[in-house]
Amino acid sequence: MEWHSWLSGLVGGVLIGLAATWLMVTLGRIAGVSGIIGTLLTARPRGDSAWRLTFLLGLISGPLLLTLAGGGFGNVLGRPGAVIGEPAGGVMLMLLAGLLVGVGTGLGSGCTSGHGVCGLARLSPRSMVATLTFLMTAIMTVFVVRHLIGGGA
Amino acid sequence: MKSLMGYVAGLLFGLGLAVSGMTDPARVLGFLDLAGAWDPTLVFVLGGAVATNFVGYRLALRRPNPLFAAAFQLPTRRDLDARLVGGAALFGVGWGLSGYCPGPAFASIAGISAPLIAMLAAMIAGWFLARALSRGA
Repeated sequence: MEWHSWLSGLVGGVLIGLAATWLMVTLGRIAGVSGIIGTLLTARPRGDSAWRLTFLLGLISGPLLLTLAGGGFGNVLGRPGAVIGEPAGGVMLMLLAGLLVGVGTGLGSGCTSGHGVCGLARLSPRSMVATLTFLMTAIMTVFVVRHLIGGGA
Repeated sequence: MKSLMGYVAGLLFGLGLAVSGMTDPARVLGFLDLAGAWDPTLVFVLGGAVATNFVGYRLALRRPNPLFAAAFQLPTRRDLDARLVGGAALFGVGWGLSGYCPGPAFASIAGISAPLIAMLAAMIAGWFLARALSRGA
């Protein structure tokens, strides 16, 4: 049922919004995943790393707990209830994609969470431009891969 | 206490990604595939998240400071530059190739696989590279 997927999306989206608000109320920080984890790994700022590490552990443990609870709450396409979907390609494709995501979010100061969820909620002009830009190039990339190269799969 | 607050934020975020289906690259790619069998789920995820956070931020920022930190740390820049737009453009290409943005990639570690390890390792390498490029500029 499609409406069920959309409702799951909405409920999950509200949870993500609450997570971002929570981080602002308690620690005064933007909930941008690339910023939080990227800074943790590349800069390891003294006195400002512990909450980044526990955020990462929380991020990993959410889906893990749902999986251990027997699934049922996930929203994987075609596998109702499954929590984590399969990667869309092999190692070589993921190496290329990962490098682009890392360099891009590093240079562009944010990803879907920092610019999308948090920046849009702050009506930040930089985040609006960034979000429109990565949505456009992502849509163009999928069009090229699926419809120009892949023959419309 | 800061660590506990960070954990709760991450946990809520991870639960949200899992419940919404964003830990499934097929759903994300389905949303990005406007010319195919379009999957609108991500619209509901981003809409729900931004609307909730829009209200939440307005309530939170009425306080003089956060509960467990000295001050709110908000980005102040409003100018647009090539690094912002170019970085976002590169990120979008990687996102479109894999269906993973950073949050869902890390959140999917419970379902670890060789392609996911490659994705995460390359992403982290990319962060180091971006940092080096930013320093050199």
